[in-house]
Amino acid sequence: MNKKDDTIKLEYDIIQNDFVRAGEASSNVKKILKQLGIDSKIIRRVAIVTYEAEMNIVIHSYGGKLLVEISSKKIEITAKDNGPGIEDIEKAMQEGFSTASNEIRELGFGAGMGLPNMKKCSDVLKIDSEKGKGTTVYMEIFMKSNQN
Amino acid sequence: MKLTKIIDELNATVVVEPKDETEVEGVYIGDLLSLVMAKAQENDIWITIQTHINIVAVATLVNLSAIVIAEGMDVDEDTIKKAKEENIPILKSELSAYEIACKLCRLGV
Repeated sequence: MNKKDDTIKLEYDIIQNDFVRAGEASSNVKKILKQLGIDSKIIRRVAIVTYEAEMNIVIHSYGGKLLVEISSKKIEITAKDNGPGIEDIEKAMQEGFSTASNEIRELGFGAGMGLPNMKKCSDVLKIDSEKGKGTTVYMEIFMKSNQN
Repeated sequence: MKLTKIIDELNATVVVEPKDETEVEGVYIGDLLSLVMAKAQENDIWITIQTHINIVAVATLVNLSAIVIAEGMDVDEDTIKKAKEENIPILKSELSAYEIACKLCRLGV
């Protein structure tokens, strides 16, 4: 954890197909937000978006990173992976659309709700994806949010 | 309602013991983890047939009071270990999710 200019930066490596450790980064972020005394409604939203982002990297990518920056005004969440990239972002944003395998779905993932959940719970959502290169999902959750 | 009372009334097997006086305020049933994350409320008891380790992360992240595994499904060892670490109680019942929900409803949860 780095603390600079009152901004706390957290960084986690997320490993492809590591279902045992999956969720640990999000749980860790949540614990830190709780220690910082952040409002529980904000914590819930951050927990949902970080978990969905983390699971997307585990399920769909070759691995990546989850970065979280906490300042007094907002929480910024960046999920960056090493590919393969999203073919059709518009489709991926549709509730119920998923490219997950049946095996993954049997575990309760791949409901096609990851990105829609992230959109619902964040104040800003930007997706940058290039086929063959990777995907970056950037989100902001404001401390004083309209959603509360 | 106290979780210990629910355990008695459901006649459920305790897989991971509750450490303290956990309160249950509501019930959520579901096996799709994203839906559980989005819809389950704090202190809900969660009825599911999923048994892999990731259910503990879901329960931790949205502050669920306990997980009830329906249909007598076996719980993975690493799930139990993680639930102990994170202090998430796990119960197991031979009943279906519907039957468990009916019982909880009758209890007034």
